[in-house]
Amino acid sequence: MSRQAVGTAFAALLRRDFLLAYRRRAELLQPLAFLLVVVTLFPLGVGPSPALLASIAPGVIWIAALLATVLSLDSLFRSDFEDGTLEQMVLSGQSLALIALARTVAHWLVAGLPIVLLSPLLAMWMNLPDEGLLILIESLAIGTPVLSLIGAIGGALTVSLKRGGQLLSLLVFPLYVPLLILATSAVSSAVAGLPYTGQLGLMIAGLIASMTLAPFATAAALKLSLS
Amino acid sequence: MNPIYLFFHKTGSPPWFYRFSGRLIPWLWVGFAILTAVGLYQGLLVAPADYQQGESVRIMYIHVPAAWMSMMIYGLMAIMGFIALVWRIRIMEVMVISSAPVGAAFTIIALVTGSLWGRPTWGTYWVWDARLTSELVLLFLYFGVIALYNAYDEPRKAAKAAALMSIVGAINLPIIHFSVEWWNTLHQGSSIGTSGNSIHPSMLWPLLWMAIAFKFYYGANLLSRARVRLLKQDHRKRWVQDLLTEGKS
Amino acid sequence: MLAVSELSFERYFERVFEPVSFELGAGSLLLITGSNGCGKTTLLKLLAGVLEPSEGEIHKQQQPLYSGHFPAIKDDLSVEENIRFWMRFMGTRKAGQMSGLCEQVIEEIGLTPVALQEGRTLSAGQRKRCSLARLLFCDETVWLLDEPYSNLDPQGIAMLDRIVRAHLEDGGVCVMTTHGSLRPEGFDLQECHMISGRERYAGDGA
Repeated sequence: MSRQAVGTAFAALLRRDFLLAYRRRAELLQPLAFLLVVVTLFPLGVGPSPALLASIAPGVIWIAALLATVLSLDSLFRSDFEDGTLEQMVLSGQSLALIALARTVAHWLVAGLPIVLLSPLLAMWMNLPDEGLLILIESLAIGTPVLSLIGAIGGALTVSLKRGGQLLSLLVFPLYVPLLILATSAVSSAVAGLPYTGQLGLMIAGLIASMTLAPFATAAALKLSLS
Repeated sequence: MNPIYLFFHKTGSPPWFYRFSGRLIPWLWVGFAILTAVGLYQGLLVAPADYQQGESVRIMYIHVPAAWMSMMIYGLMAIMGFIALVWRIRIMEVMVISSAPVGAAFTIIALVTGSLWGRPTWGTYWVWDARLTSELVLLFLYFGVIALYNAYDEPRKAAKAAALMSIVGAINLPIIHFSVEWWNTLHQGSSIGTSGNSIHPSMLWPLLWMAIAFKFYYGANLLSRARVRLLKQDHRKRWVQDLLTEGKS
Repeated sequence: MLAVSELSFERYFERVFEPVSFELGAGSLLLITGSNGCGKTTLLKLLAGVLEPSEGEIHKQQQPLYSGHFPAIKDDLSVEENIRFWMRFMGTRKAGQMSGLCEQVIEEIGLTPVALQEGRTLSAGQRKRCSLARLLFCDETVWLLDEPYSNLDPQGIAMLDRIVRAHLEDGGVCVMTTHGSLRPEGFDLQECHMISGRERYAGDGA
């Protein structure tokens, strides 16, 4: 078989994923709605005091982003797994790590990027001071791809399980801890006028490390789930 | 033939492993008993009390080694998991999943003793100090591996999934540990520990004895669990049948 | 082109099926028979490389094509979009414009009337035809077909026979499973009867 060029296969996969996402666009809004609802619950739960909200804003927004991402991760591979598409992709001889990366990129564009775009709204609700807004957006822009990359490993490990969704959360939340700490610290530091480039730098390093390593773990997990 | 290959081939053989571990386990228990006796004697009776915390500092002799074990076991699970996945050695799969409950138990011990340690000093049963927080996240990592294993029906597939998750978790573990430590300094959290950085030698020795004692415990516990699991997996095979009839004759 | 010796697979520490051996040269068709649950699909997956053997060996020269129970069709995409994706993803040696080729393939499998309909509206037989489309544009020499006649109407069966015959004449190899009544007619074939690990009566391996 003349194996298809990697770039063409990658592009074909992305194209298909966008088409699928578009056809199911109503479903895509669910995690985002969830994001908005969760953030809304905080003022309702802890009181609307502007100072209090501002002090917990970075954490609340980031935790809501984590929760929303985990919601959308379960379906990352499930549909392809259940209808035999994933098996065919594995058999095609294309690098499974690349297939995993393509799916992860599609996932981020459809589930992670909207979070980044919604963040100004969330910042406003949580009364985040202006100094923090830009850094919040940056931290989410760097961090949400990492959430997708690491989450894909969990998604791949649980895809063959019937109720994989809950287990998925348990698996990935500990792995998200460093990212959460760095991101919220960056935003809080920016608000306080302290340096934050160290945290962002580490987050970028984390992004690069995840991009290079996570797809391989995801690929191994997919192969395992298919066997 | 390559001696290393032969070694792996031999240890990979379930009957051999069963017999060998059967002979080793009693010695491990003996070692554990002796070292624990020595360690606790030194720790509880010989070593001095802390001038700030008083007698409660003695919890450290269980808390610290337990925390060390909890991390070491996870690391070992990752290494054994790697061997299991790459070289497909079934015994390694068995050992990974047999280690998880022991590791989780040590983590819980570390958390409980840490909590008790903090109570006299801070007045509460929990503070978000670096080590306790780290241990808590580690406990969730353990739960994840165990839950993942139990979620799969087919045992070998389950073991491989657990092995893969251990590897992923172990790679992240140092990152989690350091980020939590850093987070703790950021927020100037309370910390549970001895006053001062250097440890007096009379405090160091009991700590080391306990640390080694716990390793013996782990070894004995791990091998016992692994043997039982192996028997269950191979119960239809010849070597197990022979073993059972051997006992009767 | 495809040889297997003493191949078996374990699940729950039991053999799924008794070891099988066979050898296939160019142009041969192997029919795998056996009762339900005796491991026919497992054997195909072993040959395809999805599963790793627990015992025995497989000698194959290239990656085979596998068409199994699940049609690998997305409900939300039309027949044409589905096939086009696979053609783009797998690549094909056939020359020509993608859209033209796609139309050709759809016509050969007899789905032109429903080409623009979404996958979820297809009947079981139509899905089967759609999943067989990859036989038409993929270049693999060895085909592994899991119960390919299931759900097909008589025209579909004739179509499949035509395609398989052409493939064998081209020097290809085909391994097919069947659990009973639906068998390829008019072919010169080898048979391999599988015995599940649980059955202990004397059966016959090829």
